[in-house]
Amino acid sequence: MTPFEYIRAGSCDEALAAAGAPGSAFIAGGTNLLDLMKHEVMTPARLVDISRLDLAGIAPTDAGTGAGTGAGTGAGLRIGALVPNSELAADPLVRRRWPLLSRALLAGASGQLRNKATTGGNLLQRTRCYYFYDTAMPCNKRQPGSGCAAREGFNRIHAILGASDACIATHPSDMAVALRALSAEVELLAPGGGRRQVPLAGFYRLPGETPQIETVLEPGEMIAAVLLPPPEGDRQIYRKVRDRASYAFALVSVAACLRMEAGRIAAAALAFGGLAPMPWRSAKVEAALIGEAPSPALFDHAADLLLAEARGQGHNDFKIPLARRTLAAVLAEACSEEMPA
Amino acid sequence: MHVTLKINDSAHDLTLDPRTTLLDAIRLHAGLTGTKKGCDHGQCGACTVLVNGRRINACLSLAVMHEGDEITTIEGLGSPDALSPLQAAFVETDGFQCGYCTPGQICSATAMLEEIRAGWPSHVSASLDGPALPTEAEIAERMSGNLCRCSAYPNIVAAIRLVAAAREDAA
Ligand SMILES: Cc1cc2nc3c(=O)[nH]c(=O)nc-3n(C[C@H](O)[C@H](O)[C@H](O)COP(=O)(O)OP(=O)(O)OC[C@H]3O[C@@H](n4cnc5c(N)ncnc54)[C@H](O)[C@@H]3O)c2cc1C
Ligand code: FES
Ligand code: FES
Repeated sequence: MTPFEYIRAGSCDEALAAAGAPGSAFIAGGTNLLDLMKHEVMTPARLVDISRLDLAGIAPTDAGTGAGTGAGTGAGLRIGALVPNSELAADPLVRRRWPLLSRALLAGASGQLRNKATTGGNLLQRTRCYYFYDTAMPCNKRQPGSGCAAREGFNRIHAILGASDACIATHPSDMAVALRALSAEVELLAPGGGRRQVPLAGFYRLPGETPQIETVLEPGEMIAAVLLPPPEGDRQIYRKVRDRASYAFALVSVAACLRMEAGRIAAAALAFGGLAPMPWRSAKVEAALIGEAPSPALFDHAADLLLAEARGQGHNDFKIPLARRTLAAVLAEACSEEMPA
Repeated sequence: MHVTLKINDSAHDLTLDPRTTLLDAIRLHAGLTGTKKGCDHGQCGACTVLVNGRRINACLSLAVMHEGDEITTIEGLGSPDALSPLQAAFVETDGFQCGYCTPGQICSATAMLEEIRAGWPSHVSASLDGPALPTEAEIAERMSGNLCRCSAYPNIVAAIRLVAAAREDAA
């Protein structure tokens, strides 16, 4: 690890002021940042410890506004940036109304890691691309302009959608995939005292020519909370396919939030992990499902739309049929009679 | 940097480089070598300790971030002449071979049983509404953050089930 200055922030204002200096990074759970600092993939000159800030609450909100009702009857949810992944997964309200989120969190990492991993840190965790981690290899994300070793190298964990010539890395988070299907928004605090809300849909950026820029966060901006609107569907599933049954990142994952009415799909929100540089969602796929009666042919058509532009890199070609089959399995389960509402 | 760590109920006044992980502070500065370093990257669980009752990987946390926290290591759970229930169960079921992963396994299982008691669901729970039961499948999933290179898993699970069953009888 390269040396750094450590500052423990006593308030959000203090944290934002301290993080104004170039080379600063916030540290929350530390489970991704410290790993990357040990490898010297990330070398911040100053760590601003935000782990004790008062951002660890989960509270119901009025629909749409994100403002607290205080009454506990709200339709939406406000999740503080420092809520540990374990507590969020176990939260009674989340389990009841957003089970998809609980399931995605429980499918990720380990019991120990989930106790430390935070909502904000989870969203901002970096890719697990081996070449990003290996400072002896070229990587445009780690060192812009150095090249991409994954394109000609081992790339079985890499992207089939949304990649560019500069970078084919995937986003590793399970939680973010669920949040994408649940139409979450991210609340950001800016150094000057500004506050803005960004839909998760517009939070991540595709790599293009600048894979080192992964989100729309401005330098020094801090995630304060994640906001959930009321769920659009009561049939919620997170299916994760991975190399071993536990404690492994997704090769493919599907988050589904559906509603059925009179034997037809009335609402469908689907997000995909393991396929792209960000949690992937396709309006075309959802539009093709809504209003239709479920059938294997319909699910196949949905997969055609999802994967129309999919491109394998060699070792990860298997992800194309795997995504198709996982989507079909999830849709069949979500639309089935037995699916508990 | 100066930091006071409260480990197993005693205060340790330490002067540390901010880069020092909680794991290195416990082992090298506080001299408590029961906690082990396997991978140093959050992948094996050998370094598992309890912080305010919750299990974490001490290798992926900075010591300076733990001022004021209650840290419990394997030495704080029991002693050779007064073993904790899980420590005794690991001996009884032969829940180890080389023993390197064992302190992490026992710290992890100690907190894991509390998570079950609090009704936390897991990835393999059929329902999110509980009840959370210490079945073999549940224990395997909940302990997946603790690898055992000797693959003593069957007896590790047996040890944990022994303690879980004793608790249910007592309840
Ligand atoms: C062995 C292992 C297995 C794992 N498996 C999985 C898995 O299967 N699925 C999965 O989804 N994840 C997995 N993870 C990743 C884990 O979920 C992340 O490490 C964790 O969520 C990061 O959260 P943190 O609070 O520890 O972040 P930190 O490490 O503290 O921070 C991560 C990044 O976010 C920034 N940051 C943190 N909080 C804020 C904030 N509020 N505002 C602005 N910036 C902020 C930091 O500056 C840093 O750049 C695994 C990790 C390990 C080590
Ligand atoms: S040493 Fe901490 S998880 Fe391996
Ligand atoms: S007993 Fe040897 S690693 Fe577990």
